[in-house]
Amino acid sequence: MTHIVRPYGDTLNDGAVQLSFTLPVPVGPRGREAARLFMEKLGFRHAEIVHAQALSEGFSFYVAYGRTEVSVDYDEIHIEEATGEKVYSMNEACEAIREKLGRKVVIVGACTGFDAHTVGIDAIMNMKGYNHHYGLERYQEVEAHNLGAQVPNEKLIDYALKVGADAILVSQIVTQKDVHVQNMTEFIELLQARGLRERFIVCAGGSRISNKLAVELGFDAGFGQGTYAEHVATFIIDRLAERQGRA
Amino acid sequence: MEPKLGLPPERIARARKLAEQIVSPVQRFIDAHTTVTVERATLRLAGVDGADADGVPVPNLVVDQLKDRLEEGALKYYVNALVRTGEDVQGLNRRIAEGFRVDNLPMGDPEALEARAKQLVGAFAARVKGNRSHREAKLAKYHDRNHKPLLYVIVATGNIHEDVKQAKAAAEQGADVVAVIRTTAQSLLDYVPYGATTEGFGGTYATQENFRIMRAALDEVVDKQQRYIYLTNYASGLCMPEIAAMGALERLDMMLNDSMYGILFRDINMYRTFVDQKFSRMINAFAGVIINTGEDNYLTTSDAVEKAYTVLASQFLNERFATIAGLAPWQMGLGHAFEMDPTIPNGFLRELAQAQMAREIFPEAPLKYMPPTKFMTGDIFRGHVQDALFNFVSQMTGQGIHLLGMLTEAIHTPFMQDRFLALENAKYVMNNMADLGEEIAFKPGGRIVQRAHQVLEETVQFLESIEAVGLMDAIEQGLFADIKRPRDMGKGLDGLRPKAAGYWNPFEQYLTRELGL
Repeated sequence: MTHIVRPYGDTLNDGAVQLSFTLPVPVGPRGREAARLFMEKLGFRHAEIVHAQALSEGFSFYVAYGRTEVSVDYDEIHIEEATGEKVYSMNEACEAIREKLGRKVVIVGACTGFDAHTVGIDAIMNMKGYNHHYGLERYQEVEAHNLGAQVPNEKLIDYALKVGADAILVSQIVTQKDVHVQNMTEFIELLQARGLRERFIVCAGGSRISNKLAVELGFDAGFGQGTYAEHVATFIIDRLAERQGRA
Repeated sequence: MEPKLGLPPERIARARKLAEQIVSPVQRFIDAHTTVTVERATLRLAGVDGADADGVPVPNLVVDQLKDRLEEGALKYYVNALVRTGEDVQGLNRRIAEGFRVDNLPMGDPEALEARAKQLVGAFAARVKGNRSHREAKLAKYHDRNHKPLLYVIVATGNIHEDVKQAKAAAEQGADVVAVIRTTAQSLLDYVPYGATTEGFGGTYATQENFRIMRAALDEVVDKQQRYIYLTNYASGLCMPEIAAMGALERLDMMLNDSMYGILFRDINMYRTFVDQKFSRMINAFAGVIINTGEDNYLTTSDAVEKAYTVLASQFLNERFATIAGLAPWQMGLGHAFEMDPTIPNGFLRELAQAQMAREIFPEAPLKYMPPTKFMTGDIFRGHVQDALFNFVSQMTGQGIHLLGMLTEAIHTPFMQDRFLALENAKYVMNNMADLGEEIAFKPGGRIVQRAHQVLEETVQFLESIEAVGLMDAIEQGLFADIKRPRDMGKGLDGLRPKAAGYWNPFEQYLTRELGL
């Protein structure tokens, strides 16, 4: 079975796509044509520049439409999300902890390195949570420690040991020049050097973090856009239960 | 602007009185102390600059030589070395960079030191007053060419030369204020790097050379566009006063400069921050710089509906700290933000109420209004609409400094086109409804009026609870932003020194006199 899909404008398989971009050239007929040719080279048919605008002397902005023949086979797609179809609600998560583990789960989180943005870790951990999804602090069966921003990797690990954490959450928001990759790699290397990699479940999170990237870097899971505390809790509970089953 | 909310003047006065009582004991502590960065800032005002072969800045070399004698004031030893060696400032800076020590020379005649210091203070004052009059002249010449509120954008490429391109483009598109974002680690460095920089994460370093490069680039646009472009940086972190000093010398126009932000959000020691913010603000006051305070940060960690009073309380405290550092109301860009969850019913009404409330309580301050960030998603189309509502509130309530929201907030640092779209959005909304505020009165006892009264009342109660325990204890107990900061913890505490009986700082004396403190 193949299930071919293309972008949908107003008719199935029309392949309609909307783009906007800047070119480092002045606005004018030549700039507009450069933008249209660029669209054609991307493989779009019926490339249309619907708006051209000067941004400054040497830069111009374009809104473009095109139609593409490119398609993907929907049935061939395998996704690598940290959690499957079933995600526990807060109450279900607490119930699962009581049933499967019979003790509180200790989770330590921080935004590490020089990254000063707590918005991600706060969304997952703070009592209030984000977008009407309560954070882990609100979970009765979770002991949550949010260490905030600019926490050195070493300190985060020390703290996790001190409180006997089951899981460590590493938040990385700043991704310029791949600083997050360096920082996440260093975290895993530190854990390994201290023989602690298997001691904790380690998860990474951030708007530009994917499960795939995190797993490649040696984490157990990664959580990106659209993640709430429920997703993180579900992963940690199931993984802990799995480990308990093995032991 | 005519008051519309009927806020009780006696409750506003009560809040101001409480702020005064809260700040006063902290001020006594500040006056008795100095810090490594206050001393380095003083040296910078005197012209100390440059770095050694390892990149250690000359102001740091001097301060590191002095150790405990810092309590007497670093400038004493530097001026003594000038007198002893007969060098000029550049010559002595060069020699210190090569290893010359200023700490072991016999101390010269106090009158000779005073005389030499007077020259240094005179040169500093002339330069900074020159900067002020240059700015005032351009603002007068191109008056009415800036937007109201001022449209403020950031550039954050991590490379000063790339920043220049982006900043000029933004200014050509209509921005009035350009802030050059610093690299994310700089607030925790206890030195200011030297020279032009082309690296950093989420921005590049604040250095005096970078300030100079950007100032020169924007000045070109000023005359071309016939509009003054305000250059902004960050007098915050462990080098607050040094950055203020560099900004004064290079004619920056605005500085992010909060009295408590570093303590709460960067875990900088509270004693250190309180002492640093005072001197940094004295410099900003003298240089005619508009400070921007950081109240918006409270709402990125706490809920914007429940914790609105923490913003107003912090504004009162920032106002008080600013006043005693010599800043005039027109220099106080007190911060607040449009950060409510967009899904709550009538969230817009509350935002409107609070923005109007801030306007009426601080009528002369150029309030600095921050855009939605916390509830911006990858949905750039919704984001653009959220920004439009924010622009609406800002215009209708007469905010002073309007930080443009980007539709791509939460995705990446702004693309050139993002900034353009943000400017177009703001210009459209603000022009299209320019005088709506004058046409609208709020229903007495209605939702908007009630909300403003409620926030003011909660603020007075909150300030009373702070006054009862004292500001430092309140911070220790986590009364601000739910963050607990013990007074003997945090970064930079080792840089704090009690002032000795003979503490000598002619720059501080001069500023105190000039500012009428």
